[in-house]
Order: sequence, then structure tokens, then C-alpha cells
Amino acid sequence: MLKEFTKGIIKENPVFVLALGLCPALGVTSKVVNALGMGAGVIFVLLGSNIFVSLLKNFIPEKVRIPAYIVIIASFVTIVEMVMEAFIPSLYESLGVFVPLIVVNCVILGRAEAFANKNTIGASILDAFGMGIGFTLALIVIAFVREVLGAGTVSLVPIGSWDGVITIPGLSTSPARVFSLAAGALLVMGYLQALLKWSNMRKTEVKK
Amino acid sequence: MTYIGIIITFVFINNFILTQFLGLCPFIGVSKNVESAVGMGFAVTFVMSIAALATWAIQNFILIPMNIEFLQTITFILMIAALVQFVEMFIQKSSPALYKALGIYLPLITTNCAVLGIALISVRSNYNAIESFVAGIAAGLGFLLAIVLMSTIREKLDSEWVPAPLRGTPIAFITGGLMALAFMAFDKALLNNLIG
Repeated sequence: MLKEFTKGIIKENPVFVLALGLCPALGVTSKVVNALGMGAGVIFVLLGSNIFVSLLKNFIPEKVRIPAYIVIIASFVTIVEMVMEAFIPSLYESLGVFVPLIVVNCVILGRAEAFANKNTIGASILDAFGMGIGFTLALIVIAFVREVLGAGTVSLVPIGSWDGVITIPGLSTSPARVFSLAAGALLVMGYLQALLKWSNMRKTEVKK
Repeated sequence: MTYIGIIITFVFINNFILTQFLGLCPFIGVSKNVESAVGMGFAVTFVMSIAALATWAIQNFILIPMNIEFLQTITFILMIAALVQFVEMFIQKSSPALYKALGIYLPLITTNCAVLGIALISVRSNYNAIESFVAGIAAGLGFLLAIVLMSTIREKLDSEWVPAPLRGTPIAFITGGLMALAFMAFDKALLNNLIG
């Protein structure tokens, strides 16, 4: 049972290994706080859609299952949109068009199709948490690298009087700005994937 | 004049793949050879231009008059899914040759964020019907340009030696990053210089 939860985090990490949900993984990761917000939104939608798909799996006719899943997902995305706009408008602004685009995040439709419509509700919940956390962790890693190199800061959630931004001396005065732009995002993604692949290859070599 | 501005903006300055990160999945997944990249590019352009126009109509004739703009996400994605299905059926009946060329890419387009992206961006920029349509075509052409350039580079890369950990998607991302660097030369100043 626990396997369903842990597999999404490293072994089947949706971003680095399955290469799903790439658009938000690069589009919102110029700041760590955006990655956290996006991750929270995706975990919520994934949880909701996995629960409903696994509950309704015997009622949805085979032929119209994809549109049915899309309606379920879009409803949860609308909830996220409204809640985010009402309570954290600054985050809603900076995520911009990527909030409604959670609907076409292939991770969510992928899990509904590949997992939730074949498994029980308990397993689906664990799967949603595992995949959601794996997705969020991947986003945080990408955002961390990009923000540290590109702006010399790490912005987290503001708590009380602290504005939530850690400034790294030296880097923040002369950052490599390109990392916070589009080109840097693609480069960081490529090198992170290569790094992960390299470490996996080393592990299998050691086993031999 | 504004139409030229929209075209230059969406093809070069705000190129959907290389600056906005919309439509990355097919950009990485379907760019292994030029032929399929061209097919995917035209299919996306076609769907995007119609989708931008159709979602404009929904927004202005249904959602705003009935005051239900919060249903935007659901209606737009269903509209796009239905549209893709309809286009697929229409092409299958009217031109089997075109269907053979584009057919396998069409189902993938529903979950292509570029299509929903252009619909949302046109609505948020308050474009009128023709501007939405032009923006859809231009964004599609930008997608076509990027994916075709990428596929020609990847075909060349196939015959070169690449370090093992970088083979496959990592090198594709890095190539994309270098292309995005080149596209940084296109910015707002270019547009101002061209059309004042």
C-alpha cells in the first residue's frame, strides 16, 4: 500500500521521469513561492479527481470517459481558481494563465486514466498524494536552482512581519539573469534530467 | 497595423514554446523527425485559430450575457475537446489524405496547453473576433516554426555523439534552451522599431 505513495516521489517522478506536466514545471518556476503555490493547487486537483474518478469508475461509460474526466478535473480547477483569487490574489496574479491551465496538466488526466479508474479509492488517494508531492518537489528543485542563480534570492511563504525572501549575499547583486528567463528554464530542466539519469546509470553499474 | 503587431508578437516576441512554455509536451515528444513535426505544427495551427475564434464567441455571447464567467475553464476545455473531435471527423470525411497526415496528432491536441492558452490569453487581452482569430493563427505559426526548427536540429543530432546521460530528452531541453536564447533577440523594441 505504501508503495503507491512513494513511487510518485522518485521512481516514477511525474516531471523528471515520466516527463508529464512540463508546461507549468517551467512556466511558474522563476520563484520558489510560485512553485509551492502551483504544487498545492495540483495536489488538490489531483486528489479531487482521483477520488471522484475511482468512485465513479463503474458508472462512467467507457466511450465518454475522457470528456467525463475532463469535466471532473475542470470543476476542481475552477474551485482552486476561485479560492486562490479570493484569498491569495498576489499568487493568483503571478501564476497568471497557468492556474486555469492545470486542467490540461497531463499528470492529472494521466493518473485518472492510468491509475484511478482501475484502483480502489484508498489506493487512489495515496497515489494522488505521492504523485502530487513528487510533482511539487520537482517544481521546488527547478525553482530553487533558477531563483538562486537568476536572482540570488529564495522566496518562501511570508509569515508575519517576515516577507519570506532569503537574500544570498554576493549572488543577489550580480545574478545570472538568464536563469530566471525562458532560456534558463529549459537549460536547467535539461541538466537536471541529465543529472538524474547519470546518477541512475551509476547506481545500476555499481549493482553489476 | 495592429494585426501585424499581433502576428509579430505571437510568432516571435511571445513565441508560445520558447518564451511562454505552452505546448512543451509535443515540442519535446513529437520533434524527433521533420515530417511529423510539420504535421503536428499544422494541426495545432488549424485547431488554435478555430479555437480562439470559437472561445471568443462563447465568452461574449454566452458567458458574459449570462454572467457566468466563472465557468470559463470548464466551457473552454469542453469546447476545445468537442472542436478537436469535430475537426477530426470532418477531415476524415472530406480529405482522407490530410487525415492520414494529421490524424494521429489530433487527439493529442485536446490536452495541448497551447490551445487552451491562446483561448485564455485572447480573452484576457480583450481581443475582438478578428484579433482573436489572427492571434490564434500567429501563435500556431510560432509553434510550427519552433517545432520544425527543433526537429531539424534533432535529426542532425541523431548522427552525432552525445554523452550517455544527455541522450534523449535532456539534450532536447538544452537545445530548446539555446533556441530560446536566440529568440531573446526579439523583444518589444523590435516591434516599436518596425511599426513605430
